[in-house]
Amino acid sequence: MGAEANPIAAPLAEVARKHIDGATGIAGLKRLSGGASQEIWSFDATTSDGAVPLILRRAPGGVRDTGRSGTAVALETEAELIRLAGAAGVPVPPVRHVLTEEDGIGQGFVMDRIPGETLARKILRDEEFAEARPKLARQCGEVIARLHKIDKATLPQLRVATGKDEVEQYFQTYKQLDYPHPVFELAFRWLRDNAPPDTAELTLVHGDFRNGNLMIGPDGLRAVLDWEIAHVGDPMADLSWICINPWRFGNIDMPVGGFGTREDLFEGYEAGGGDKVDPARVKFWEVLGTLKWGVMCMGMASAFLQGDRSVERATIGRRSSETEVDLMRLLAPLKGTE
Amino acid sequence: MQDQPSAIELVEAVTEFIRNHAMPQLQGHAAFHARVAANALDIVKREMEIGPEAAAGELARLRALLARDGTMEELNRELCVRIEKGELTLDTPGLKDHLWETTLTKVAIDQPKYSGYRRALEESGQGK
Repeated sequence: MGAEANPIAAPLAEVARKHIDGATGIAGLKRLSGGASQEIWSFDATTSDGAVPLILRRAPGGVRDTGRSGTAVALETEAELIRLAGAAGVPVPPVRHVLTEEDGIGQGFVMDRIPGETLARKILRDEEFAEARPKLARQCGEVIARLHKIDKATLPQLRVATGKDEVEQYFQTYKQLDYPHPVFELAFRWLRDNAPPDTAELTLVHGDFRNGNLMIGPDGLRAVLDWEIAHVGDPMADLSWICINPWRFGNIDMPVGGFGTREDLFEGYEAGGGDKVDPARVKFWEVLGTLKWGVMCMGMASAFLQGDRSVERATIGRRSSETEVDLMRLLAPLKGTE
Repeated sequence: MQDQPSAIELVEAVTEFIRNHAMPQLQGHAAFHARVAANALDIVKREMEIGPEAAAGELARLRALLARDGTMEELNRELCVRIEKGELTLDTPGLKDHLWETTLTKVAIDQPKYSGYRRALEESGQGK
């Protein structure tokens, strides 16, 4: 689709002229893949000093989707969280403008387009990232600590979810999907018996801190993206989610995203001002994270059976069993590992 | 008795067609989805090879664990209820072995290259 034919091109050019210094228009508008609950558009603001690379994150079709996941924050809230995180020293793409009604292209915001790579397979294998890889786990720890230290009084209204809340939420989803998984039952039972006490101090939690949402350059971590499921919860959740086996992309002995060690992650976290890491709580969240991914795979199978005939969705449904192996290794190890 | 080629051989032929002839002529999304389709047929083939014997073993273990008869789905549903209630735990004789054996078979069909599966095989002494 040419920029001229795209109905958002003209209003977006007007947004650029109003909110980007020296912008005369836009170029290179294209929709990026990814983001089921959000549209992501790449474009440049054209100025006499050159192009300013930008991203538009927008509600699908411009309007808030009523089918949007119940756990996702509004786009305006996401923009506010990115601003707060940036002020706290978390690398994020600066937000340039939050769309208003008079902009005429619905709900969303414009932010800088940070150059780099989000694809795990490239980050974990390409020579370009060889120097970045050994530094990443520590950097992730430091950055996670900074986002956890953001003063809760300054946060916009956010969902609060403790470990127990999340276990029950996913248990309900699992029950609704109505297909027996004895290993998942074992994991739910273990999680109920091992939930951290509610006295654990709650903080801002990114909620999806993992490969794919981290913009990486040859110099290391450049930006933390996708704040749409941020909430207030147990800070250990962010230290565990990036360690679940699916995010290691085959590098099973590098628990942090396939690139680093837990020791480096935790050292970075504590050096960055985070509380002392509690290994029992981290394990609880690793079991829960693994189980969450397994239940999401079941959801894919269910969507397929209800008429979304995507072969990709169908095969993701068959990935539940991978998470069952991971859960069995965590809960019923064959050897004294993990 | 059906004539040759067997169902497994037919699935293999279609998979080879997709990988070696169709995919090289496709681009972008279509090429990606063709690869996914070939991978799905690999699952079908492995399930046809491994599934029947594995299912018989799973059913026999479920009958022993639950001390009753029933279909595979009925018995798995009952196993779920009893694990949820805490009536069967990892300390129950046979449960851990049953869950491991069933899980390893499922992934052997779905994704035998999965890192967690390969590591579990090593840890169980079956690693290659």
